[in-house]
Amino acid sequence: MRQTVGEGIGQSVTRVEDDRYLRGKGEFLADIRLSGMRDLAFLRSPIAHARIRAIRKPVGAEVSVFTAADLASVRPIVAVSGLPGFKPSAQPVLADIKVRHVGEPIAVCVAASRAEAEDLVDKIEVDFDELPAVVDMRASLKSDVRVHEHWDDNVFLETFVAIEPERFDTPAPIVVRRRLRTARQCMSPLEGRGVVATWDRRLEQLLVYTSTQMPHIVRTGLAGCLGLPESRIRVVAPDVGGGFGYKGILLAEEVCAAWLCRKLGHPVRWVEDRREQLTGNANCREHDYDITVHAEADGTLIGIDAEAVVDAGAYSAYPFSACLEAAQVASILPGPYVMRSYRCRTFSAATNKPPILPYRGVARAGVCFALEVCLDAVAREAGLEPHEVRSRNLVPAEAMPYDNITAKHFDSGDYRECLRRAIEAIDIPGVRRRQTETTGPLRIGVGSAIFCEQAAHGTSVYAGWGIPMVPGFEQATARMTPDGGLELRVGIQSHGQGLETTLAQVAHEVLGLPLADIRVVHGDTALTPYSTGTWGSRCMVTAGGAVGTACRDLAERIAVIGAHLLQTPIDTVRVGNGCVTGPAGSVPIAEVARTWYLRPQDLPGDVAAGGLEVTSGYKTKRDSGTFSYAAHAAVVSVDTELGTIRILDYVICEDGGTLVNPMIVDGQIIGGTAQGIGTALYEEMPYDNAGQPLGSTLADYLLPSATEVPEPRIEHMTTPSPLSMFGQKGIGEGGAIGPPAAIANAVNDALSPLGVEISELPITPHRVLSALLARTGK
Amino acid sequence: MKAAAFDFAHPESLEQAIALLANDGARAFAGGQSLGPMLNLRLARPRTLARVNHLPELGGVTDDAGAVTIGAGVTHSTIADGGVPDIGGDILARVAGGIAYRAVRNRGTIGGSLCHADPAADWVTVLTALDAAVLLRGPNGTRALPVADFILGPFRTALNPGEILCAVRVPRVGDAAGWGYVKACRKPGDFAHAMAAVLLSPRTRRIVIGALGGKPLLLRDGAATIEEAARALPVADDAVSRQMRLVTLRRALAEAGA
Repeated sequence: MRQTVGEGIGQSVTRVEDDRYLRGKGEFLADIRLSGMRDLAFLRSPIAHARIRAIRKPVGAEVSVFTAADLASVRPIVAVSGLPGFKPSAQPVLADIKVRHVGEPIAVCVAASRAEAEDLVDKIEVDFDELPAVVDMRASLKSDVRVHEHWDDNVFLETFVAIEPERFDTPAPIVVRRRLRTARQCMSPLEGRGVVATWDRRLEQLLVYTSTQMPHIVRTGLAGCLGLPESRIRVVAPDVGGGFGYKGILLAEEVCAAWLCRKLGHPVRWVEDRREQLTGNANCREHDYDITVHAEADGTLIGIDAEAVVDAGAYSAYPFSACLEAAQVASILPGPYVMRSYRCRTFSAATNKPPILPYRGVARAGVCFALEVCLDAVAREAGLEPHEVRSRNLVPAEAMPYDNITAKHFDSGDYRECLRRAIEAIDIPGVRRRQTETTGPLRIGVGSAIFCEQAAHGTSVYAGWGIPMVPGFEQATARMTPDGGLELRVGIQSHGQGLETTLAQVAHEVLGLPLADIRVVHGDTALTPYSTGTWGSRCMVTAGGAVGTACRDLAERIAVIGAHLLQTPIDTVRVGNGCVTGPAGSVPIAEVARTWYLRPQDLPGDVAAGGLEVTSGYKTKRDSGTFSYAAHAAVVSVDTELGTIRILDYVICEDGGTLVNPMIVDGQIIGGTAQGIGTALYEEMPYDNAGQPLGSTLADYLLPSATEVPEPRIEHMTTPSPLSMFGQKGIGEGGAIGPPAAIANAVNDALSPLGVEISELPITPHRVLSALLARTGK
Repeated sequence: MKAAAFDFAHPESLEQAIALLANDGARAFAGGQSLGPMLNLRLARPRTLARVNHLPELGGVTDDAGAVTIGAGVTHSTIADGGVPDIGGDILARVAGGIAYRAVRNRGTIGGSLCHADPAADWVTVLTALDAAVLLRGPNGTRALPVADFILGPFRTALNPGEILCAVRVPRVGDAAGWGYVKACRKPGDFAHAMAAVLLSPRTRRIVIGALGGKPLLLRDGAATIEEAARALPVADDAVSRQMRLVTLRRALAEAGA
């Protein structure tokens, strides 16, 4: 047997998928070539809000141009929420009577190449009756203009929660009120969206390749729009170059391509370009807070009183809906802290902008920023270091598990220790010393933030939101091949997380087979059990648990055959280390597989009718989610003359429970942190008053790159979750949550001697200088 | 997006290129680092693109006692890597090394950058400060123009139809010269929001404020103080932009040893 020590849970195994990625040998959507395939290009609305009076197809090319009138049989995309008062929107896959945001598809053109399809797009004429655009989310709440004409306001959903709010009526020793805003961002995976659709004549089945995180959900959505049974649709996610939530939605373009390939009788392809991604598709994150924090004189929290608006854009995106972000704000704003009073009103505002989509750290990056900036302000009022105020209010370790004020069930951990370690590593006294020594325009500041991240939450939580997708049992299939290999089939989709490696590590942990003999099959509705897919930091907990369960169930089957081969009673054998071992010897699992598949004559006729293929379902012990948590701390310098900010040091202490592959966890944290730095300092999609997006290229929409992202110093705590199979917790999003808060607090620390505080993300030079100039009255 | 259809011509000589470019809707194409994206976004829709950077007249570098003459097709990377004689103070290599990203520098050319005339481009401001001249060849022969007169405004130059920018002649700066160049960018490689270049020598004082949205502002000999510069700035500037311009100028003056 090959040596396989060091391949199980806890080992930093090199990622098996990287060989093909790094050598350019993967197969991404745009690598797919099908015979007879033609390219699609979309005519997109140049106007934010208008009635469509007429569309004229180019003369002579009418058969290659399709509009809503041609797709009359296609149903619009509808994502309802069961939360009371939610107003559903109908998103036509091609705009019919109105356009509601710049970039909304109006027509689709088919040609031999993308360039020629764009030539056709150029020649379509549309008559618009332009309407006033609803652009700002606060203004939208009061506007007489309706994004959806049959609504009586522009609110998808309003929520309200109040717990002991009467405490807010008595003046507290410290009351901090802030107006805070986060920018509209565009998720920017290296690979954009894209779809290839074809009709499989033999199977009489629609075959849709799409760059998605959730092939099964896309199938369900497509079936609904196209009126096809799901059995007539197969969705395949090829190699996917990053998603972050952007590939966790059903796209109008997917529906159009699927409809067109049947209509035209040949495969069609749409590959999103960066301009489409930026201006029409990938919007996320835009929050506005009016938040008041009440505290005792020593910084002990009394409660939070807040109103939050999320700019949900024009439509409710499938399947997460237009209100998940704002509704989550209401449930997670109290953060990892203890308090007795809480009041929060939220609005999911409809505007003439692209639909808001879930992005890594859904709602949390904004919530963490809003709360932690306020806690720093409380600390300044109390005359304490901010970390002292945080520590005082964190849920103590001895209270775990802890049900917080919004009934979130924090499963485990020591939040104070986590913060303490981050603060110690960032060296606050050292920074304070340097601050007194610094002269000139450069000022140094230090900031921290702590948050917890609910992950892998399940049925009861999502049934409560009432959205079209509710995760139940996560399933995995484990099956031996005749040569002793193990195939794992999972309905999630790995698009950068290294799940082809980590799920194999889980199987190795149970069965002891060498990783080289284990293959993970994912991202294909025809080959894998149903799953809601990869989102919400859920896969290592849910799919990891499913693989573990399936492998344990498979081990029982293996044991039966192995016991027979060893001629020993079943209760005397155990499976592990790639073998079935009995009192007098062992037989390799590979031999068990060979016997069952190839030499059934060696087994009695009644042994193991079920064979060596098992599909098992898994749920965590309760479905309230694992809670990983992390403290981030940053040291920055602020050039007070030019407004530029540099990150001088960055520390993260993270508790992800049992780490299946610590190297991959570090990669997740670093990548998320880079995106969080983007949220903090660079990324912003501004809109003008007419609803025109102003960041339409990567020269205008700035992303952090190697020169802006420091190497964070990462420390780990590994408190096992009591809820998951191996104690693992979801950590996929955490990196992106902390940086806006930690960096904003560091900038505010640097600027506080000048009496200036930042209230809006990203913290651009322009915003820093505006605040400084306003202070000096220039 | 993909470019609209155009003819891509490979002229075999400078004369052929000049003849091609005299036609309506023809444009020269060198490194393609600005024109390429504009083509793909269909913001530029030329009828003909004429490749020019393979022409020998655009490739050479010569120097004499007074100046270094750089072929228009020489890339930023070549200059950054020391492939061009030093005019003094390693100025050109340092400026070239700070242009955009290496991938852009590898293809982008000094002549292409000047002809594109983006107000925020490094060479537009720096070569104005260095009092460089462009050497143009066209149907009517050869002429030289100071860069300050070549750049007419945002994305506008003095190039006539059929004219090609062949080379840039950059005067040497003496050993006693001071040089300062500061730009305000949100991150390296980002377009500058404010920039200033300062050349101080016994012969000349050239102070230039760039990234103004129009042609660079050359403050003639007298204006050496921030207050004088402030008076020369566009009145439409908001307070933040104004401060950025003046701070970059002050820092460039300090770098130059003013």
